[in-house]
Amino acid sequence: MKPSHPASDPRQLLEQMLLIRAYEESIVSGSAAGKMPGTCTSVGQEAAAVGVVNALAADDLILTNHRSAGHLLARGADPGRLLAEVMGRRDGYCKGRSGSLHISAKELGVVLTSTIVGAELSMAPGVALSQTMLGRPGIVVCFFGDGAACEGSFHESLNLAALWNLPILYVCENNQWQAFVHRREAMSREHVADWAAAYSIPARTVEGNDVFAVLAAAQAAAAEVRDSRRPYLLETCTYRTRGHLEPDDQGYVDQAELAAWLARDPIAACRNRLLANGSLTPAQAAALADRVSTRIAVAQAFAEASPFPAAEELCRDVYA
Amino acid sequence: MPTLTLYDAVGAALTEEMRRDSSVIAFGEGIATKRRELVDEFGGLRVRNTPLAEGIIAGTAVGAAATGLRPVVDLLFAPFLCYAMDELVNSAGKLRYMSGGQFSFPLVTLAMTGAGWGVGAQHNHNVEAWFVHSPGLKVVMPSTPADAKALLKSAIRDDNPVLFFLDIGLLYQPGEVPADEQTLPLGRATVLRNGQDVTLVSYGKTVQHCQQAAETLAGQGIAAEVIDLRSLKPLDEAAILTSVGKTGRLVVVHEANRLCGIGAEIAALVAEQAFSSLKAPIVRLGGPDAPIAASYPLEQASVPQAATIAAAAARLCAAQPA
Ligand SMILES: Cc1ncc(C[n+]2csc(CCOP(=O)(O)OP(=O)(O)O)c2C)c(N)n1
Ligand SMILES: [Mg+2]
Repeated sequence: MKPSHPASDPRQLLEQMLLIRAYEESIVSGSAAGKMPGTCTSVGQEAAAVGVVNALAADDLILTNHRSAGHLLARGADPGRLLAEVMGRRDGYCKGRSGSLHISAKELGVVLTSTIVGAELSMAPGVALSQTMLGRPGIVVCFFGDGAACEGSFHESLNLAALWNLPILYVCENNQWQAFVHRREAMSREHVADWAAAYSIPARTVEGNDVFAVLAAAQAAAAEVRDSRRPYLLETCTYRTRGHLEPDDQGYVDQAELAAWLARDPIAACRNRLLANGSLTPAQAAALADRVSTRIAVAQAFAEASPFPAAEELCRDVYA
Repeated sequence: MPTLTLYDAVGAALTEEMRRDSSVIAFGEGIATKRRELVDEFGGLRVRNTPLAEGIIAGTAVGAAATGLRPVVDLLFAPFLCYAMDELVNSAGKLRYMSGGQFSFPLVTLAMTGAGWGVGAQHNHNVEAWFVHSPGLKVVMPSTPADAKALLKSAIRDDNPVLFFLDIGLLYQPGEVPADEQTLPLGRATVLRNGQDVTLVSYGKTVQHCQQAAETLAGQGIAAEVIDLRSLKPLDEAAILTSVGKTGRLVVVHEANRLCGIGAEIAALVAEQAFSSLKAPIVRLGGPDAPIAASYPLEQASVPQAATIAAAAARLCAAQPA
């Protein structure tokens, strides 16, 4: 499977977001039923993922982290193979060895996914160095969280990328949470983008729950990286509306803050806007929702039918 | 045959491999300054100085290795590897397996270690066993300039991450190095001296100490076999077992902390697979469970010396089996 073409129709953006939401919800219910492990879901952050990924070209490379379902699905990943991976099955993208937390899909240009917070930042300069030295046109997009921005690797990465002119689009998904710590408790600045100036890296923040705003900002940012062959930092301001890792009762979450962000749900906002401006009819909206739920049902059946890896797989692929 | 120091043998290997393969690049804290000839021949894009940031040096090497380059990084002294542990252990060592084999990591990390310069415990710490214990990584530690050159060339061509340790005490000792482009496979030990009474197994600078001990033992009528492991992972188990099968006695010697060192693994290997050949208990000689002092006599005292090795071997040979 190849990366899917960037969506040209706004309804496709909505459909991708619906697919991500339905995928994550299928895992939430699957794990509640004991059928699969809990994951770090991206519920509430769909626009931030879909807006950025649809601004990319097929030869761009993506690094991501534990909260990656949105990036992978927007890039065209097969939800069946993703669910198979989550369930530790042989047909998963990583043959069941990754589970949900570090799914790479080289065929889609999603490389070196790591759940070590900050590892994507430490590896991104090397990937960009390969792109540059081997004369490849694609840029490197590095997704990371506000928590990762507090790791030393963030600062080392930005310094090196600026110094060596590496074509990296850093995308910080500031979802306000770093596991069970609110970012206010952990960051000396209000925004991760504020830190980019220290390395002479251009940066901007964007309303991360508005898929059209994210798409436009990411298109501009990607174009700047492509032209300048230098790094750029885009911070998408969003909110993790479910827990850190399922199940999570969110007892530690400020209910007023959560309610305010739930009222800004990225999918409802997109759907309402398309309905209001006439690009989507209610019938089309219903058809989109149906298509998505069918795809997830098919994906789930595929994953459940996929066998577990055989015992001989235990020590395979350790060494090249 | 030309004579080179181990330091220059490393340079020769880098030069030959960079000529041979344009995807080989080298970077680190001062490599472009100290190995100026590499910059002159290959340019400042393939040979770079870096910020003092071992984590991002290693991480960049990992990212580059997975996407088409073959980086060699110089992290200077082995204790600084602590700053690069995550990138080497969690990324380079694991992401091939965790991704179901989607990536490989052809990268070499150079690091100096060992007694000789009185630099103290934050520059001298033989940490090689840490990496043997980490899946996905290979570990090499040569004892001669010729081996250093031939093994480094193989390490650069290898598709796995290789930790390549340079013994500080050997760095400027000259040795004969074949002029042709020889390589040595990783994971093959060499028998430096044949003997049927006792096996001395070592790597790094204590290989020479074992050879001196073997001379002393010869004067006492004891024929010691001396094995230089050269590579700790893969470990040449067959070479060790064959030798112990013949001699029935084993002394394992290394400068690294004896506690959970390579010697413990080798002792276990022999106990498990060659117990019936043993005529005497296995002896492990290694460094103390203490940071290494800068003071010369204390630094030297942390390294098993030839006299200690000879005495241990002689005791083993004196103890007759029932
Ligand atoms: C080095 C490291 N420290 C801690 C963790 C545990 N952990 C996993 S995700 C996470 C939160 C990361 O926060 P952020 O970077 O903001 O990403 P988010 O989960 O919000 O998407 C933590 C603490 C880890 N996986 N790696
Ligand atoms: Mg966060």
